[in-house]
Amino acid sequence: MAQLSNKQNFLKGFIKENPTLVLLLGMCPTLGVTSSAINGLGMGLATTFVLALSNVAISLIKNIVPDNVRIPAYIVVIATFVTIVELSMQAYTPGLYNSLGIFIPLIVVNCIVLGRAESFAAKNSVFPSLLDGLGMGLGFTMSLTVLGALRELLGSGKAFGITLYPENYGSLIFVLAPGAFIVLGFLIALVNHLTKSA
Amino acid sequence: MKKLESTFINMVVVLVGFTAMAAAMLGSVYELTKTPIENARMAKQQKAISDVVPGFDNNPVDEKTEIKTDEGVVAVFPAKKGGVLIGIAVESFTNKGFSGLVKVMVGLDTTGTIINYAVLEHKETPGLGSKMNDWFRTGKGDIRGKNCNKNKMTVSKDGGDVDAITAATISSRAFLDAVRRSGAAFESYIKSTKEK
Repeated sequence: MAQLSNKQNFLKGFIKENPTLVLLLGMCPTLGVTSSAINGLGMGLATTFVLALSNVAISLIKNIVPDNVRIPAYIVVIATFVTIVELSMQAYTPGLYNSLGIFIPLIVVNCIVLGRAESFAAKNSVFPSLLDGLGMGLGFTMSLTVLGALRELLGSGKAFGITLYPENYGSLIFVLAPGAFIVLGFLIALVNHLTKSA
Repeated sequence: MKKLESTFINMVVVLVGFTAMAAAMLGSVYELTKTPIENARMAKQQKAISDVVPGFDNNPVDEKTEIKTDEGVVAVFPAKKGGVLIGIAVESFTNKGFSGLVKVMVGLDTTGTIINYAVLEHKETPGLGSKMNDWFRTGKGDIRGKNCNKNKMTVSKDGGDVDAITAATISSRAFLDAVRRSGAAFESYIKSTKEK
């Protein structure tokens, strides 16, 4: 694989290698928490934080971790950052913490995080790893926010909690799980269309 | 730097090292966030109490008592103004929700009439059962001004006085179950204060 420039490392997470819409990783939080734009944004930012820090930490320690135990070592690193996020959210944004619930601790097993650790941070130096983590995280945040905003708009007539049209005209299905699959499918189709024609 | 070999000693040392470091970091973060977490929890409870029984000047949390009901213990927060009881807030619950536990704070005045309520915790279906946050304050579903002794606090489908949330009868029944429990707690609280 050709060496990517720093800029490319950062930007690839948004469209070209967008974790949810192109790589289809981390579907569990993607479908689970995006019932509103603000939930998607919060989940995305929490994951970005974990992703960036764990990428940095793992690229720093990659040489002192023996190959046979690298997965447990990486998971310990990731779990530590996730717990830090969890405790801080509980302390400073209790409302968001309550609505994201179980999905915060589940960032540990989000395949994006371990996936980037394995496929990127374990092979690259610190700075590109940081950019990769940030880019992937922000790409994840972007797709979750868009997904959440669309579902919120179609389902309850709101955008970021502000009512745009009466809730009764919304279609409940978009707030529930099937709506997540439907909207995600359309978003993936859209991204495929854009990347193919470009 | 060359990668460490996967020998037994190396693996043990590295993993123990990492877990120890992780434990130390988490310990310090836990210490840092302990007070804010506690404060956030308290603030939420305080807000719920002042929402459901407005106008008190004591600290109801300090005077919290626990009342045993048919299904577990509920917390009762007496609201007083100038030392006189003006109402109580009951942190009631039910396990009959569509997805289990529902916690509500119910405010009752000294005659047991419902002043207001606040849903503290629920896992009901978004868009259906989750409407309980507002539903029981509107139209025929309004429980404010009703009294657990004088009104039949069940959904109209079961012959009661409260209209259930459209398409969420189970959640509505659960909610009213929690409300009735707060009424029962009110009765035993008043009884216990009279005995004193």
